[in-house]
Formats: sequence, structure tokens, C-alpha cells
Amino acid sequence: MTQRALTASDAGLLACLTCGLLSRRPRRSAAACPRCGRALHRRKPYALVRSWTFLVAAMVLYVPANLLPVMETESLFGSQSDTILSGVVYLWKTGSWPLAVIVFVASIMVPLLKMLAMLAILIAVHVGVRVHREDLSRLYRVLELIGRWSMLDVYVVAVLVTLVQMQLLATISPGAGAVAFGAVVVLTMLATISFDPRLIWDSGRVLGRPR
Amino acid sequence: MSSLLACPHCDLLQRNLEIARDAIARCARCDAALYRPYDENLDRPLAFTLAAAILFAVANAFPIVGLELRGVETSATLVGTARALFDENMALLASVVFFTTVIVPAVQLTAMLYVLLPLRLGYAPRYMPLALRALQAVRPWGMVEVFLLGLLVSLAKLAGMATVVPGTGLWAFGLLLLAIAAAVASFDARAAWSRLRLAR
Repeated sequence: MTQRALTASDAGLLACLTCGLLSRRPRRSAAACPRCGRALHRRKPYALVRSWTFLVAAMVLYVPANLLPVMETESLFGSQSDTILSGVVYLWKTGSWPLAVIVFVASIMVPLLKMLAMLAILIAVHVGVRVHREDLSRLYRVLELIGRWSMLDVYVVAVLVTLVQMQLLATISPGAGAVAFGAVVVLTMLATISFDPRLIWDSGRVLGRPR
Repeated sequence: MSSLLACPHCDLLQRNLEIARDAIARCARCDAALYRPYDENLDRPLAFTLAAAILFAVANAFPIVGLELRGVETSATLVGTARALFDENMALLASVVFFTTVIVPAVQLTAMLYVLLPLRLGYAPRYMPLALRALQAVRPWGMVEVFLLGLLVSLAKLAGMATVVPGTGLWAFGLLLLAIAAAVASFDARAAWSRLRLAR
């Protein structure tokens, strides 16, 4: 599109993120949507700070999430602890390779790629890139869509812990890695949600001063 | 001004045009999906929501899956999985599981019923803005389909160790996933706003 594209912000309008209604930006006071009452902001407040915070926290926790065991199995034959990766290897060896691929993609690749993608978007916004913005925008929408699927391994642990009880002569208990892993998923989702994709298109403009 | 809309993804101002029935309006600049033509008739989303509410009750009332080994049986309900984590001193993880598989669908179904039922009967639900906002806020956190996939993966892991017994809740859960997806997809907040104007 052309560089002269007119945004709602340029026109002195605020769009409600809940109901979509456009309203004029008041001169001083804080604005609320006249139709649904939601607080109106030109961009999500503190979007970059929040997104960075959640992203960095997720990146830090990604390390223990992969190194610490997500579950511990104890049976008459001894005990065994599993990390996410060893769980994938187990599925692969026992012949359920389609599931091994699903778990590998959902638990290891998706969180990593999500964090790298969010990092790229945030850096692009700070640098103020004016090329490939359509791709960045699309990338963000993909992040919104796939974020939930990484929760897969948390549910696997939850179901295994519930089903494998003492009566079956074996017990499975969750490990610290599962908490770190769940936190990574939640934090990356929060990083995505608190970011405002409109910032991608604001780059290269003077912010906070329409026209 | 009502003929204009701003793309929620890039803020570009665009005209609100009538589009064909199966078409989808996309942003001219960032290609984000803006809207589909919506049906003023609320019967379809209401039907899906009611079906989902019944299935949700069944899915929660019965065990989803059981495990049998030499006559000994264990089983898991939806709430039971969160409970088991809680008992293992994993309160944080338990609340994430409980929130994403029980609370979120419950909030979604309650909010949709709260909005759709009165509107269908011709009067205005008083807290509709609040309900719509709740619906929007919890949407990314609904993970019933992810839970089902996780269930399948864990059953594959257990297959060699004991006999897996599918429970009544499992069928309800599978159908619930479809019903919720259909309800959320067929529910358009714009239809609700337009009906609200008529109801007043």
C-alpha cells in the first residue's frame, strides 16, 4: 500500500478493541467507548514494555523447562525421570513416530520459534523497519493462532499423573520441568497478547502526535 | 462514521462494504481478516451454544478415560486431572489446567447464553458489554482441543502398559470441542450489537 495510508489514529479516531466502534479522541480526558464502555487507547498501553518483560521471562524459563524432568515414573522396576525431549525419544522408539513428531513440534519447536518470532517483531518495531511489514503482521497473526498448542505436554503430564496410580504398581508424578514449561507457554502467550500489532505499522512515524 | 472501520491489526481506516455471503473482508494493507457477513438471525449460534452446554455438563460428569491392569482400574475426569496435579503440590500447574479446560469453556458458554438467549426472546441483556468483553478476553485461553490431543498422546504412552478404557466423558468431550468451535465461529458480536438496537 501507499505511504499515505490514513489510519484511525491519523484521523483523530480511537477504535474500540472490543466492539470495533470508532469514536473521536477527546482532547484531554481518558476515553471510554460510548457503546460498550471499554477504555479506549490509541495503542494498547505499555505494549512494548509488557511484551518484552513476558518474552524475556519466557526465554529464561525455557532453559529449565527443557533441562529439568517434566515427570518421574516409579515402579517395581525402578524409577525413571523424563524430560520433554526424552519423552519424544520414547514415543519415537516405541513406534508412535507420528505422535513423536507432533510432540516435538508442539513442545520444542513451536515455543522456540514463537519466542524468536516475537523477538524479531519487537526488534523490528524498535528499529522502525519500513519493509516487510505485511510479513511481520502475518507472522504475528500466526503466533496468536498457534500459541495454545504448546500446552500439549502439560496435559500429557496431567493425564498420566491422574491415571497412573499406586494400584497399578507404578506412579507418575509431575516434575519441576513441567511447571517451568507451563510457565513458558503462558508467558509467551501473554507476550503475544500484550503486544499491539498496530505498532508494526507505526514504525517510522512520529508517535503520539497525530499529523 | 459507522460506514468506516479501523483494522484492529494495523489501524488503517477503511470503508465498511457489503460483501458476498461466503466472502471475507480483508484489510487492504495488512491482509488481516476484518469481518464476514453476519446473520441477524441468532438461532444458529444459540443452538450450538445450547448443545455445547449440555455436552460440557456430560463431559464433566463422567470419567473421560480409564486404565485397567489385572482387574484394577483407575479413571480420570476433567476436574480430576487438575485435582491430581494439585495433590502433587503443583497448584500453579493445576490452576492452569483447570482454567484452560474447565473455567474458560464455562465462561464462554455462560457469556454466549447470557447474550443470545435474551436477544432471541427480544429483550436486552443488561451486562452485554461485560459478557462480550469476557468472551473476547478468555478466547485465546480455551484449549479443549489441545487437551484432547494431549489425552491421545498420553494414551499412546500407556498403551503398552495397561488397557485403556474410553469413558462416556470422552465422547461428550470430543463432541463438545466441535460444538464450542461451531458456537464461537457462528457467534458474531456485530449481530448481537445490531439486535440490541432492535431490542431496546
